[in-house]
Amino acid sequence: MATHPSVETKYMEERRELFHGIRNLERRSFLKVSAAALGASAGLAYPHSFTPVSVAQGAEDTGSDQAFRFAYVSDSHLYEKDVNDRFVRGLLRAVDDVNNLDPQPDFVFYGGDLAQLGQEKELELGAQILKNLKAPLRIMVGEHDWYLDMGQKWQELFGDPTYSFDHKGVHFVVLNSVVEADFWTERNMTPMERMMTVAGLDNSLQSPFTVGQTQRKWLQDDLEKLSDDARLIILSHSPLYKLYKPWNFWTDDAEEVQAILNRFKNVVVIHGHTHQLLTNRIGNIHFHGVLSTAWPWPYAPEGMPELTIEMSRPDPFNPNDGCGDGEVHVHPDGLVDKIYNLWNRNPVSVTAAYTASGGSDSVPPKPNRPSY
Amino acid sequence: MNWTLIRGSARRAIVCAMLLFWAAFLAGCKHPSETAELDAADPQSDAGKETVATADTVDVKSCDGENTVQVAKGLTGQAMADALMDQWQRNHPEANWVTEEKEKHVFLPPADNSALLQGDQGKGHVYGNFTERDLITWAREAEKFVAEGSRIFHSGDELGSQIAVSCDMCHPHAANTHPETYPKYQVQLGRVVLLRDMINWCVENPVRAEPLDPNGPKMRALEAYIMAQRKGTVMEYGKH
Repeated sequence: MATHPSVETKYMEERRELFHGIRNLERRSFLKVSAAALGASAGLAYPHSFTPVSVAQGAEDTGSDQAFRFAYVSDSHLYEKDVNDRFVRGLLRAVDDVNNLDPQPDFVFYGGDLAQLGQEKELELGAQILKNLKAPLRIMVGEHDWYLDMGQKWQELFGDPTYSFDHKGVHFVVLNSVVEADFWTERNMTPMERMMTVAGLDNSLQSPFTVGQTQRKWLQDDLEKLSDDARLIILSHSPLYKLYKPWNFWTDDAEEVQAILNRFKNVVVIHGHTHQLLTNRIGNIHFHGVLSTAWPWPYAPEGMPELTIEMSRPDPFNPNDGCGDGEVHVHPDGLVDKIYNLWNRNPVSVTAAYTASGGSDSVPPKPNRPSY
Repeated sequence: MNWTLIRGSARRAIVCAMLLFWAAFLAGCKHPSETAELDAADPQSDAGKETVATADTVDVKSCDGENTVQVAKGLTGQAMADALMDQWQRNHPEANWVTEEKEKHVFLPPADNSALLQGDQGKGHVYGNFTERDLITWAREAEKFVAEGSRIFHSGDELGSQIAVSCDMCHPHAANTHPETYPKYQVQLGRVVLLRDMINWCVENPVRAEPLDPNGPKMRALEAYIMAQRKGTVMEYGKH
């Protein structure tokens, strides 16, 4: 029996081809390709054949204040795969999720804590898995990546943990916000003892996280050239505010960092570490947490920001519940819609309208199971 | 040094050694100033071997009947006892494990029972005639039990995890364990469970270890730690 592709198959093939072409497109050749695609589709008799109508918007998006989106994956806490396969499967799933986004995001942001104990094999495994991402990777360091060899292996694989870049008119800054004062020398700790101490969320022997004076100076210099209405997104591992010190949901020099950001009209901070839906706003600064691919954390017993709509307590019987990945949709005004792609639940959007209105508009769904 | 935290057998050994030196002191040893030669007082233990006393030292057999300790002559009992204690602590770095566990994974102190020392009705009765010493003992022992639970809670090795997972990785400070809500109908299991049933479910599944003996010391310690962390919370059995 002869095989003919179905209408649906034809449609999907065309669509895939077109988006593939557009993703690799330079601005100048955009019209050429879209015209070709139009021509190709016009020649087909299928009534529902794909035509790149919505893509025309892309042509307008080349200015300095355009909208775009990027994806995030964070806090995978990898052990070597023969020690613990569950966390490895978590990261693989997130990479699949992101690779299946269509169209692809502009880039993928990794939010830190790729490894559980900062060991070479853990970091190498993580780097290897992240290489499967189709979109370009931007990566940040977390405390679990750092405190075994003080960042040596991580930097060897991924470069400097503090950097900035510009994308479609938005200035992105990536910080290492997990700088801890030396608590280990006095206690004669081995590197692994130091790592194990930092790896324990409720371990009080460690010091609070900071950005530190060196990076604050660097940040000040880096932002100097920007005007007050520049679009600015800061990526940090710890929340750049003070939530709950016993778990280092905390940045000890948060006020100093916020002071540097005060002059801007809108600033968005996206942070890892907290493994949960977490929203805050301090003046002009809008803060969003991200999900982990390994496990969710409980909410802090005190000090929760008013804007946070907590996620329902995760189901312990489903190892994926409360975990996930997500997307960030950046608006022309620099604010963002934060999409939490929860693996076992409906996705939750915390929109720019919600944070901008101080929590009165576009309120995300409320939880039904409390966090204890 | 924290005397209350040193385990029973070790404490007996130290008391025994102290008594020996007081005896030596009372028997007429020379006694230079209290603080003199503390360094020299550092006794050199040599397990199972006889040592030879020199002109400046004296051999003392420890209570265990095996170790001989060589110490400088002419020290007061206190200096000698301190030196022995120092030595014992060097040989037992884990001796302060309760204090260390508390420092590492801060947990709530047991209830304050000082009101029991008030009032006169308890006097003259066996039950109810409490002293400050009783209160100290209760608090110390209860806290030690909780500390043991904290130690296991935070250790994948103690739990026997095959995948290097410990309880604190999802439950820092035992958060989200809600022991006050048991017994309750656990929907996922289709039956009413106690806290220990859920602990063992976690041990077998996310932690991936052999289940603990429900009446064994590890389960009892884990329950103690989890309950202690909810001090002051209203009991609400059946709550979801």
